[in-house]
Amino acid sequence: MSDVRPAARTVRRRRRGPGSAPYLMSAPAIALFVAFVLLPIGYAVWLSMHAMRVTGGGFGIRSEVFVGFENYLTSVTDDALYGALQRMLAYGLIMVPLTMGLALLFALLLDAPRVGGARAARIAIFLPYAVPGVIASLLWGFLYLPAVSPITAALEAVGLPAPNFFGEVSIFFSVANIAIWGGVGFNMVVLFTALRAIPAELYDAARIDGCTEWQIALRVKVPLLRPALVMTSVFTLIGMLQVFGEPTTLQPMTNVITPDWVPLMRIYQQAFLENDIHLGAATSVLLALVTVLMSLAALAVFRIRAVRSGQ
Amino acid sequence: MTTTAAPRGSKRNPNRNPNRRAKLVPTLVLALGGVYALAPVLWVVFAATKSPAELFSTFSGWPSFNGGFTGNVAALNDFGDGRFWLWTMNSLIYAGGGALLTVAVSASCGYALAKYRFRGQKLIFGALLAGVLIPGITLAVPQYLLLSEVGLAGSYWSVILPSVISPYSIYLCRIYAAAAIPDEMLEAGRVDGAGEFRLLRSVALPVMLPGLVTVFLLQFIGIWNNFLLPYIMLANDDRFPLTVGLYSLLNRGASQPALYTLVITGALLSIIPIVALFLFLQRFWRLDLVAGGIKG
Repeated sequence: MSDVRPAARTVRRRRRGPGSAPYLMSAPAIALFVAFVLLPIGYAVWLSMHAMRVTGGGFGIRSEVFVGFENYLTSVTDDALYGALQRMLAYGLIMVPLTMGLALLFALLLDAPRVGGARAARIAIFLPYAVPGVIASLLWGFLYLPAVSPITAALEAVGLPAPNFFGEVSIFFSVANIAIWGGVGFNMVVLFTALRAIPAELYDAARIDGCTEWQIALRVKVPLLRPALVMTSVFTLIGMLQVFGEPTTLQPMTNVITPDWVPLMRIYQQAFLENDIHLGAATSVLLALVTVLMSLAALAVFRIRAVRSGQ
Repeated sequence: MTTTAAPRGSKRNPNRNPNRRAKLVPTLVLALGGVYALAPVLWVVFAATKSPAELFSTFSGWPSFNGGFTGNVAALNDFGDGRFWLWTMNSLIYAGGGALLTVAVSASCGYALAKYRFRGQKLIFGALLAGVLIPGITLAVPQYLLLSEVGLAGSYWSVILPSVISPYSIYLCRIYAAAAIPDEMLEAGRVDGAGEFRLLRSVALPVMLPGLVTVFLLQFIGIWNNFLLPYIMLANDDRFPLTVGLYSLLNRGASQPALYTLVITGALLSIIPIVALFLFLQRFWRLDLVAGGIKG
C-alpha cells in the first residue's frame, strides 16, 4: 500500500470518479434482473395476449395473432383453475397458521428460561429445512403408503384402524404436513434470532411488575417480534401460492391428486401437457398478480396494526 | 471474520438460569417437536437398510441387518451406469456454481446500493424489492420459453442463470454492507489512494464475509432444493439434479416397486451431504441478518 503514488491515483479517481463505480458494480445484477425477471414478465404478458389461430383462408396455416384479453377470459372462467384455487386455499388454511403458530411456539419456548435440551431441539427442528421439498414429499409419501408405513403398522399392531392418508379430505392435511415439516424450523430460527436481539432490561422490568413468563411472552415478546413475524408470514403465504413440488411428488402414489390439483400444476398442465402456452402464460400472469397483491395487502395490514399499537 | 462479530445473544441471554431445574412442559413440547422433525429422517435410515423384499414385509420402524444397505448402494451405483452420481454432481454444479455467482453479483450490487448515492438508485432498489414479491417460480414458464428461443433451454446455464439473480440476496447484502462497513473506513482507503473497485475488493468484501456466507448458504440450499425450475428446463436426464432425478425414479417406481428401494437409498444419500454441510456451517450463519435485527 505504501508505494502508491497519491497524486496519480487522485487524478485517476477524479477522471473516472465514484460516479461510474456504483453503476458498474450493480450492472451485473441489473442485467440479470432484466434478463430473467423483467423480460420473462414482459414475454408472459405478450404471450398471454396472443394465440395460435388458423389464418390465411383454407390453407390451415397456424400463426400467432393478437387476441387481447381472450386468454384471460378463458383462464378466469376455467373450472379446473377454480377447483385448483379452492384446493390451494384449503391447503393454505392448514399450512400457513400451523407453520407460523408452531414456529412462534417453538421460538418462544427456546427463548424461555429453564428449558432443557433447547440447543438440541433447535438443531433437530431446523434440520428438515435442509431436506429438499421433493425428498421430503418422497419420505412422507412412504410414511403415508399403507404397505410401508410404520404409522399404519404401529396402529394395526395395537388393534386400531389405520388412517387413510390419501382420502378426499385427509389429503389436504397430508400435503400440508410436508410443507409444515419443512418450513417450521426455518421460521422458528428466524423468530428466535429476532427474540435474542430484544434488550434484556425489558424482561426485567416486566418481571418486577409481576409478569409471569407466559405474560412476558405474549405481551412483550410477541409485539416486539412483529417485523420478523410479518416477513416470515409473507414468505409462508408466497409459499402457499407456489405449492407445486409436494403434490407433484405424491401424485404417482395416489389418484386423489389430479394433474390440476393446485394452480401452478394447472399452469404446467396448460402450458406443457395441453400445449397451450398462451393460456398458461395468462394464468401465470394472474397468479403472479394475486401473489403481489396478497403480499402487499399482508404488509399493509401488519403495518397498520403496528402503527395502531404505537410501534 | 471476527472484525464484525456482533454480540451474539447467547452470551448475554438474561433468561437462562442453569441453577434451577428445567421446566417440564416446555421441555416436553420441544422434545415432541424434535421427534416430529427427526422421525421421517430416521425412517429413511431404517428403510435404506432393507432389501427390496424386506421393504414391504418387515416392520418399517426398525432397521434390518441383513446387508440390505450395501446391496441397495450397489444397486444404486449400477443404476443407469452411475446416473445417481451424475445427478449428485449436477446438483453440486447448479447449487455451488449458482450460489457463488449469486454472492458475487449480490455483494457488488448490495455494496453499491448501500455505500453510494447515485442517480437511479431508488429506482433500482425499488425494482429489486418488488422482485422479492414476484414469485420466482411463476417466472419459470416464461423463462423456459425465452431460453428456448435463444437455444439455451436444457443446458446447465438454463438452470444456473435464472438462479443467480436473487433480489432477496441483494437486499441482505445491502443491509449487511450498510451495517458493517463504516464510511470512515472507505474514506481512509480513498485518502490512501485506493480506487473504488479496490475498496470493494480489499476493504468491503472481507468485512462482509460473514454476511456473504449466510447468503451463500441460503442460496445453496435454495438451488439444491429447487424442483420446478430444473423440472421445466431440462429434458435430458443426464443433466438432472438430484431432486428431479429421484422424482423421475419414483415416477417409474409406481409401476416397478423394486425401484422404491433405490429411491429410498438415493434420498438418504442425497440428504447426508447437505445435512453435514448445514450442521458444520451452523456457527457461521448470521440469521439475525434474515430476522432484520442486525447490529453492526
